[in-house]
Amino acid sequence: MAKRGQRFMKVLFAGMLLTLTVALSGCSGDKAAGDSTQIADTSAAGSSGASTVANEETNASPEGTKETGGASETEDGASHITIGIPQDLDSLVPSLSQGAGTQEILFNIYEGLYKPDSEGNLVPAVASGYTMSEDGLVYTFTLRDGILFHNGNPVTVEDVVYSIETCAGLNGGEPVISAFSNIERVEAPDSQTVVITLKESSNPFMAILSTVEAAIVPADVDDLQTNPVGTGPYKFVSRSLQENVVLERFDAYWGEPAHIKDITLKVLADSDAIVMNLEGGAVDLVARVSTAQAAELSSDFEVLEGTMNLVQAMYLNNAVAPFDNEKVRQALCYAVNKQEILDFVSEGKGTLVGSSMFPAFGKYYVEELNDLYPTDIEKAKALLSEAGYADGFSFTMKVPSNYQQHIDTAQVVAEQLKQINVTANIELIEWETWLSDVYQGRDFEATLVGVDASTLTAGAMLSRFRSDAHNNFVNFSNAEYDAAYQEALAAEAVMNDAKATEAYKKCETILARTAANVYIQDMCELVAVRKGYTGYTFYPLYIQDFSKLEVK
Amino acid sequence: MKKKRVYSPNYILGLVITGVMLLLILTGFIHTPYDITKMDSSLKLAAPSLSHPMGCDNFGRDIFSRVLKGMGNTFVIASATVAIGTVCGVMVGAFTGYFGGWLDEVLMRVNDVVFAFPGILLALVFVSIFGTGKYNVIAALGVAFIPSFARIVRGEFIKYREMDYVKSARLAGVPQLRIIFVHILPNTMPVLASSVMIGFNNAVLAEAGMSYLGIGVQPPNASLGSMLSESQTYLFSAPWYAVFPGLMIILMVLGLSLLADRGKR
Repeated sequence: MAKRGQRFMKVLFAGMLLTLTVALSGCSGDKAAGDSTQIADTSAAGSSGASTVANEETNASPEGTKETGGASETEDGASHITIGIPQDLDSLVPSLSQGAGTQEILFNIYEGLYKPDSEGNLVPAVASGYTMSEDGLVYTFTLRDGILFHNGNPVTVEDVVYSIETCAGLNGGEPVISAFSNIERVEAPDSQTVVITLKESSNPFMAILSTVEAAIVPADVDDLQTNPVGTGPYKFVSRSLQENVVLERFDAYWGEPAHIKDITLKVLADSDAIVMNLEGGAVDLVARVSTAQAAELSSDFEVLEGTMNLVQAMYLNNAVAPFDNEKVRQALCYAVNKQEILDFVSEGKGTLVGSSMFPAFGKYYVEELNDLYPTDIEKAKALLSEAGYADGFSFTMKVPSNYQQHIDTAQVVAEQLKQINVTANIELIEWETWLSDVYQGRDFEATLVGVDASTLTAGAMLSRFRSDAHNNFVNFSNAEYDAAYQEALAAEAVMNDAKATEAYKKCETILARTAANVYIQDMCELVAVRKGYTGYTFYPLYIQDFSKLEVK
Repeated sequence: MKKKRVYSPNYILGLVITGVMLLLILTGFIHTPYDITKMDSSLKLAAPSLSHPMGCDNFGRDIFSRVLKGMGNTFVIASATVAIGTVCGVMVGAFTGYFGGWLDEVLMRVNDVVFAFPGILLALVFVSIFGTGKYNVIAALGVAFIPSFARIVRGEFIKYREMDYVKSARLAGVPQLRIIFVHILPNTMPVLASSVMIGFNNAVLAEAGMSYLGIGVQPPNASLGSMLSESQTYLFSAPWYAVFPGLMIILMVLGLSLLADRGKR
């Protein structure tokens, strides 16, 4: 009897363990490597990309995916790489693509008149150059000589006019790119020239024209969704929904040709499976793995370290007490030890920031601001009592629940604030709720997220802090800031870059000095690459450039 | 003619496990060896040792202290959930079972609707309307637990209301409420008691699931479920982080399951 009881116990125990494991591992999803907690300037660039594309093509995957270690290169120099992507592409038509995770892939297939390079500069692509009229209203582009689409047809000025007009909504319909509603007309006076006329001068126009959404597509191909045709270094081969996308090098590319011939993009929707897929040989490269995942990888892999190009901060609602008091905000800045956060959350990896600007912006970035608030508990306490909160206070910090690194950071911040008797109650909310309540509704006291930029124009980071900006979700209001920002715009309108940069730096300094938010870091981005592949290039924007990858 | 009570080994084991668990929970309420939110970078993911018997988590916080507090949170949520479920369920079940008729029809159809919702889904809806946090989770899970209790109690009442002693009480003019609560309810106790214990187990698991989804106890506070969730990234590098909270869930559920099993026989 006792023996039977024992066996029953063992079975019960094992069964329970199993049920528990299964039940609890079911809903792991995008806790780790989700990049959706970043807000782009123009749109919320979450890459949640649920694909609802009406694509009837379900091509079988191409000539066998490479299975085991080492970069593959056959005798004739053909080479192949399998890259893991966190979600399927939401569209293959550049102007219809939504997610940042889709656009970073389409970057390899399509090109605009101009495109960003790895330094963040805009370089000619489909166009070979442009001139701008003095009033900043008329842009004249020269078409690149002999440039071909993937289907072998030459790119004509009609294609360019068609593409830009589609994006601007001039062919009927709404403008696909809202900033393009500023376009008055697009004309092609001869077979080499395209003239774009704006309604009013706009400094970030070239930057927006260089995004993948504004790519040049052929006017005579009407089923881009199933048959994408662009001018980029890679051409589309096939796609299997929710499974993979296959690309092949475009040998007639106008620029420096890509190194690797075949690319398979494999959809890895379950972030917990990333390590397994890498170690098992199913994929060779995954961008944005977490520090914990990187730590689990074997020596077959190299982990490259870059930055995510965003500003992670505890964003404070400047209109709500006690955060409407500058001294309180400064006290929080003195109490939060940024380096300690990095040590706890990401093994010390990451770049400290002191204002709403990250290092990839180069000339706009003011490094000195990082040290504006050295950790000083006594000073923080003194500031608090000056502000009338000698006994501290408590507030609620809303944190999106789908990104572990923000949650971890929030916990460390909450612990650090205890030293000055400030209690931060963390409230985890869904990303959609965050967007509607915090970002749009501005119904929050504090929140901890990363804010990124859709273009490398200073305005992408700084325009939101103008007191009347529609996306000023922190309700920052400072007359001096508004004036400095106006000054920058005025300087840009007359092409005085040095003066504009100076004014933008002034804006950043105001943000830092008035402690608009508790700025923390530009988070580190870890890329896992199988040894044997080289050339992965970090961009200052949300871009994956496959053409630079090569087999060693 | 005193009946000799025989305790099965399972029952005794259940008593011992539950007793130890309760003792640990009580300890957690009064005192924990370390502050459960105190971080220490030198102890990040430290392995179990004499000073930290269950090791430390990714912030260098003592896992043993967090398990003690976490068990307390889990226990409070589970108990409150079952309390709400039982009280409301008994009310609904007793009245519908005893009176029958249109009241029965309406309430039991509502009951069916609630029952048809998976508990977690119902709780998710609740939390998305009223926000996250311990008390909202209690309310959400409590509501989700009402139907199962209501059904059990209703079944019992239907059985008893036709019995002779109830009929004669009615003829003698005993007030209806007195018949329901004094004459019939005590007779449903054996069935109710075991379903309360099973319900408690389900609530522990549901709370773990809710915290695992990030909608239960909010960090940096701990519950067993939230600890499991946080630990999954470190499953290989620091297995103790997942093992101890998981073990505690298993023991809590196991102990009460063994007790409930006895109650059924």
